[in-house]
Amino acid sequence: MALYSEKVMDHFRNPRNVGVIEDADGVGEVGNAKCGDIMKMYLKIEGDVITDAKFETFGCGSAIASSSMATELIKGKPVADAMRLTNQAVTEALDGLPSHKIHCSVLAEEAIHAALEDYHRKTKSEDCP
Amino acid sequence: MIYADNAATTKMSDAAIQAMLTQMQKNWGNPSSLYAHGQDAKEALETAREQIAAVIGAQPREILFTSGGSEADNQALRSAAALGKKRGKMHIVSTAFEHHAVLHTLAALQREGFSVTLLDVHENGVVVPAEVEAAIREDTCLVSVMFANNEIGTIQPIREIGAICRKRGVLFHTDAVQAIGHVPVNTAEDNIDLLSASAHKFHGPKGVGFLWAKRGVPLASLIEGGAQERGKRAGTENVPGIAAMAAALTEANAKMAENAAHLTAMRDRLIAGLQEIPHSALNGDARNRLPGNVNFCFEGIEGESLLLLLDDRGICASSGSACTSGSLDPSHVLLAIGRVHDVAHGSLRLSLGEDITEGDVDYLVRSVREVVTYLRSFSPIWRDLTAGRKPFIL
Repeated sequence: MALYSEKVMDHFRNPRNVGVIEDADGVGEVGNAKCGDIMKMYLKIEGDVITDAKFETFGCGSAIASSSMATELIKGKPVADAMRLTNQAVTEALDGLPSHKIHCSVLAEEAIHAALEDYHRKTKSEDCP
Repeated sequence: MIYADNAATTKMSDAAIQAMLTQMQKNWGNPSSLYAHGQDAKEALETAREQIAAVIGAQPREILFTSGGSEADNQALRSAAALGKKRGKMHIVSTAFEHHAVLHTLAALQREGFSVTLLDVHENGVVVPAEVEAAIREDTCLVSVMFANNEIGTIQPIREIGAICRKRGVLFHTDAVQAIGHVPVNTAEDNIDLLSASAHKFHGPKGVGFLWAKRGVPLASLIEGGAQERGKRAGTENVPGIAAMAAALTEANAKMAENAAHLTAMRDRLIAGLQEIPHSALNGDARNRLPGNVNFCFEGIEGESLLLLLDDRGICASSGSACTSGSLDPSHVLLAIGRVHDVAHGSLRLSLGEDITEGDVDYLVRSVREVVTYLRSFSPIWRDLTAGRKPFIL
């Protein structure tokens, strides 16, 4: 009997897209150390497509797995699709999370959205100097 | 597998398993029955009581068998509170880092009108006896201080606190769940009035423990329904568990000095190794602690992911992080010794067993160092700390 699904453990043990994008077009950070979870997402966006996504996470196994899965779900996708990413989609892709760990998938959704908002803010200011 | 979670539970000893089997296969009668088959079980029960009493310097009739440490804590506090209430004394002194079996019972008593003072346990996790004395009031009915802490293993000045309580005429309870069988506990010399213990922390079975109450201290019953345990704990006695507990405690007591010497050496080797990891810190006093207890905080990482990756390497350990407790807050013990939330989430408790070897310790050090380094490599907090955007705490 394991705490997490095979999928969660796979993404926890071998997280995809770990790291930093130095010249990211959008960066989002959510959570706080007091609560024990911080996720930081870096997005590279060309045209209207997310060409690369990377993350750094301080948190439990499901927080790391949720970050990994969320980056996989949006990589190569149009920005509009990524804006519609939900925590349910992350949870389902991970074959479920224990009920007290659902907030990890919420953080992943929020981190992606925060990075996209950062991207929109930056592009807007570039459009209207 | 390296099992380094002996503060959570221990493996049953062969002597305990054998004692349990004997009671299940031969003496399975009801100790309350008058025929010989029942009286054989009764005899086993009373033999166990004598064996346990002998280990802790008590009289057999002062031992009350319970379902474990939590029940014993509940009954000890409830009994002292009932007596206090009768005498118009409704104040209790305890500490901020007690087990929840004590803290939650105190919270329930507060709702019933008692007032509670929780003493500071300071950075080293040790209560100062003078502060116990200063906290005792005219209406104090009980002081409850654990013998050794379950998370950080710090051993409390029980004898001194007990002497103060005796001088002031206040009952003194100690939750000795982590101490019994590991360090010397003597109810008479340590000036204790009430003591709780649990069998599965010293290689006995789960689901059984005892409450020791000094002769003359009246106990309140939590479970009604029969005359067992002198009317203070109804229900047919768990004879196999009780016999196994006595066998386990007798053995643990006989080997205590030898085990403690080995465990202390292994503990100190482990502490020395883990201290080499940058930005880490030992929790609790380095010397004044249980022989097998090691508890560290590592800055920039979270405890649950540390445990999962150690599990992958065959290491069983525990953490005081919020994620492992199922609550939003990290361990109340780590907060009580002044660790801030950020750091308390990155805690690791390794509680060693007697069969640990130097090779095991070296493997533990190597594994923890590798896993901590790996988790830090993609921790945004660690990046901020190393980039100088945030000051290191440890």
